[in-house]
Amino acid sequence: MKDLSQAKNFDEFMEGIWRQNPVFVMVLGMCPALAVTVSAVNALAMGFATTFVLVCSCLLVSLMRKLVPKEVRIATYIVIIATFVTVVDYVIQAVSLELYEALGAFIQLIVVNCIILGRAEAHASKHPPATAMLNALGMGIGFTIGLFALGGVREILGAGKLFGVSLFGANFQPWVVMVLPPGGFFVLGAWLLLFAAIRRKKGIPPAESKGCHVA
Amino acid sequence: MSSSVEIRSAPHIKSPRSVEMIMRNVVFSLLPVCAFFVYQYGISAAASILVVTAACLLTERLFVRLGRQSGDLSDYSATITGVLLGLTLPPGFPLWMGFVAGFTAIALGKALFGGIGFNVFNPALVGRAFVQAAFPAAIATYTPSFLPGRFTEFIPSSLAWPLMAPADTAAWLKGMQIDAWTGATPLAKWKFEGTLTDAGDLLTSLAGHMAVGPSPALILLCGAYLALRRFMDWRIPAAILGSAGLTAWLIYAIGGTKYPDPFFMLFSGGLILGAVYMATDMATSPVTPRGMWLYGSLIGVLTVMIRYYGGLPEGVMYAILLANAATPLIEQITQPTPFGKGASIRAGRSATYTLHPDYISREEAAAKMSKKRFFKNKPKKP
Repeated sequence: MKDLSQAKNFDEFMEGIWRQNPVFVMVLGMCPALAVTVSAVNALAMGFATTFVLVCSCLLVSLMRKLVPKEVRIATYIVIIATFVTVVDYVIQAVSLELYEALGAFIQLIVVNCIILGRAEAHASKHPPATAMLNALGMGIGFTIGLFALGGVREILGAGKLFGVSLFGANFQPWVVMVLPPGGFFVLGAWLLLFAAIRRKKGIPPAESKGCHVA
Repeated sequence: MSSSVEIRSAPHIKSPRSVEMIMRNVVFSLLPVCAFFVYQYGISAAASILVVTAACLLTERLFVRLGRQSGDLSDYSATITGVLLGLTLPPGFPLWMGFVAGFTAIALGKALFGGIGFNVFNPALVGRAFVQAAFPAAIATYTPSFLPGRFTEFIPSSLAWPLMAPADTAAWLKGMQIDAWTGATPLAKWKFEGTLTDAGDLLTSLAGHMAVGPSPALILLCGAYLALRRFMDWRIPAAILGSAGLTAWLIYAIGGTKYPDPFFMLFSGGLILGAVYMATDMATSPVTPRGMWLYGSLIGVLTVMIRYYGGLPEGVMYAILLANAATPLIEQITQPTPFGKGASIRAGRSATYTLHPDYISREEAAAKMSKKRFFKNKPKKP
């Protein structure tokens, strides 16, 4: 019995990391995924900020799932999410002003990131707090991995560095397009192509995204 | 490409024409242009064309195998893409960047859309647009033609290590002691320094150490061969050159000495090469005669506008890519009137069909067929 529940918990956790990865499978949260992944540090910071908001709001939504009337649930979720986004906003501003300026409006825009609202509506409001948190953590980590996959490639090709450390020496020729907006689309497209090819090789039909198509 | 037995309805016109044959002839017609380019710039140009073409062929092979797409190396289309791309890049372009350009051209410009015949944009120009955005400094670095040691020595920037910045050609050129060399293409000279190059010199590309591509006169000659053998429609280059010349002449007549004369506009940069070989790509240009005129005029006017009012000195590439994007729309609005419908009824409004049946793509035909099969199978299911 215990083994079964452990397996189920592991499954909840892994859902967001692999099977329903928000970036590569569900293709959600594209706004930050394309806009702030110019460098690996930006990508990781954005991923961690989103993960924090995701876990905290899913916990609170899950705790309040029987108290909130059905008619006002979306408004409640938004208020909860906005609260945690404000926390993250101030924390990043206090820790690193440089990072805060690099991420710009996209920190505040976590509010409308549909991964979070989607998880609150589709998962947290129907599951107990522990399960909801586990699932949200998996989703957050999956999102962070996705952003890092984009940010890492873009920083390596666009600047010859990873986490600010030079990889190829001073004579490296930067690919200017990679740090510009089109570079985000190129790299995302290449990753999606890779995962689609893996899926086809394994014989898994193309995944359909669940959730809203907002941001 | 196809099975050995084909069943078709009348008329039974036997023509030896095939995709392979047309493409092979285009490659043949490009050989003199390539030879002239190598004569101008020496072994660097030859290496550049070879590497870019090899990259295109390798990528084509990879994606045809991986994606189970139709077409293969034997149809010469990837060869054309490679050779054309090599001709549009500066001769001293680092070879590894040329490889990136060739890979992008086929992968992004052709394979992702479904292979031969399905591409929306000219693959060679997609490759060039990518390296223009990725390596703007390297693609703007030209070296003069007819350098003394061009057949024994590479331009130093060609041999940059992969991922590394190319060597500075300015210092290398100083050692050559060439007079009257400013390090810019005729278009860049006009745009940034305000000096004009003689249009006659541009037409032959033979005078002095100009940083220009293959001779426009030679390209026109090779294009005329293709047009005479009906491997290419003459309307598109005629419309491009006509509209570009007319627009430039109008602005020249009104604006006066501030603007260059129309012949300079026609023979400088890549306009002739683009008009003859790039814009006429069969998959990305309209098939209706009126559409061809419209498409060509769009390219001509856009080119002149980008050159005069844009930030970059050259605009042919973006003009052709934009017109490629407009091609489906142009085809829709220039449908010919079907025979028997009368001149007063426009094909678009006729009740029988909106598209000429010849223009219905394989995709639509396949979609219709699968629908039929679907309905046939459906009742069998419990």
